[in-house]
Amino acid sequence: MAKEYSFYPGCSSERRASASNYMVSVESMCDTLDIKLNEIPDWNCCGASIGYAEGGELPRHVMNARNMALSEEASPGQDIIATCAACWLGTKETSERLRGSDALMADTNEALKEAGLQVKADQEVRHMVEALIEDLGYDELAKPVTKPLEGIKIAGYVGCQTNRPFGIVGESFENPKYLDKLVETVGAEPVEAYDQKVTCCGGALAFSEPDKSQVLIKKIIESAYDHGAEMIVTPCPVCQLNVEVYQGMINKKYNTKFNIPVMYYSQLMAVAYGSSAKEAGLNGNVVRSKKLEEIAAK
Amino acid sequence: MRDKNAETMQKYHNDFLREVEANVEEGDWVHMCMQCGVCAGSCPLGDAWEHSPQKIFMMIRAGKREEVLTSDSMWMCTSCYNCIVRCPRELPITHIMHGLANYAHRLGIAPKMNPTRRFAKLFWNNIVKTGRVNELKLSISLYFMDGFTNGVKTSLEMTGMGLGMLKTGRLDAMGLLRSHGIKDKSGLHKALKKAREIEDARKGLS
Repeated sequence: MAKEYSFYPGCSSERRASASNYMVSVESMCDTLDIKLNEIPDWNCCGASIGYAEGGELPRHVMNARNMALSEEASPGQDIIATCAACWLGTKETSERLRGSDALMADTNEALKEAGLQVKADQEVRHMVEALIEDLGYDELAKPVTKPLEGIKIAGYVGCQTNRPFGIVGESFENPKYLDKLVETVGAEPVEAYDQKVTCCGGALAFSEPDKSQVLIKKIIESAYDHGAEMIVTPCPVCQLNVEVYQGMINKKYNTKFNIPVMYYSQLMAVAYGSSAKEAGLNGNVVRSKKLEEIAAK
Repeated sequence: MRDKNAETMQKYHNDFLREVEANVEEGDWVHMCMQCGVCAGSCPLGDAWEHSPQKIFMMIRAGKREEVLTSDSMWMCTSCYNCIVRCPRELPITHIMHGLANYAHRLGIAPKMNPTRRFAKLFWNNIVKTGRVNELKLSISLYFMDGFTNGVKTSLEMTGMGLGMLKTGRLDAMGLLRSHGIKDKSGLHKALKKAREIEDARKGLS
């Protein structure tokens, strides 16, 4: 039976936005897994990790609560699933704060009334990866694999916001292993000793403090190379963007020769499930993965 | 113009801890810090902080109001949440740092030229306008933040990256012109205006 969720895609997933290829691969993956995503009508930005500075506390929560209220109207009783780490974190944080404080709930609803909405915060807010692991499980995820990604060594870069502060059930903050398990599930070889797997990429500060952030990004890439990885996989659009697109600038600055593909878990799964390169969003990567393109073309 | 900063200082009679507890997000946790320093050692940009979170907590309790609020330290937070999950006393450190940065910014005493403060302001205005991020407008306003000449220089440095994003369909070349965002912009704007009013009244910022 199809699993059905309320879905919060987030700004970066839109057409011609920075993670549009993530969305393409998620759609293919969900088709195969018989997962139905009901997009929240007229959803807005979550405020992301940097919204706090100008937005403060209540306006930030109101941004997220508006999405929750729209979801409660359109898909009552369903869990809200986000594919973006920041969207998930922001919405889940607001949901927990609202549940924990009657005063905040009252203030939030007073503000939302201006938009004709009311929030209850009665839906669970989960990341796509959680739904895959907890509702389906690795065995179920392995079943549709028709083209195992044999012989590809992949570093699982978990990053920050799918890992902290909430994390994935059963995983440790310091050494989460779910990406390694997903890599195994699609028939590839995980880099288990990837020591920079939870290092921060700088997040939004990659824009405002590029030099400081690029030091972090360099460590993340170097460690992947040092452990023999030929590609990096991540669950987060900001991690993907930062680790992929600054490689050229880092090469110029540090005289390195980085050219490593940074993929989404959903792209690996889509290819392993037999999707075409286009359906897996492989044409959306700035650093292309020849190996995945070859497997997809088989 | 009213001086909110001076008014607030007077109201709390230089009891900065009490002021933080009342007005800063999650500020009522500050007194729980046991000064172990795990947060300081866990921060990815730790070297860039003039005062680590551990020090900031102690400075708040010591009443060093100006040093804390005018510092650029909190603006180095990347929101990685390492400090939160490691703190033995479970202080929501990331949120307190965000709260202090926001409070200083709203009082008008945060470091004016700090790039993250300026970027954060551009970001919020960008998302509120249409309800969703316009990535092209955001990048351009960031690159041109320091005037036209610097903007052209930064844009040229970023050309390679931008072309890569355009070529792969991950940047909208028409992003300045295409209509964008949510349908109920007016509802969102009204709700956010109300939220700000409520928050400002609670925190003595109105």
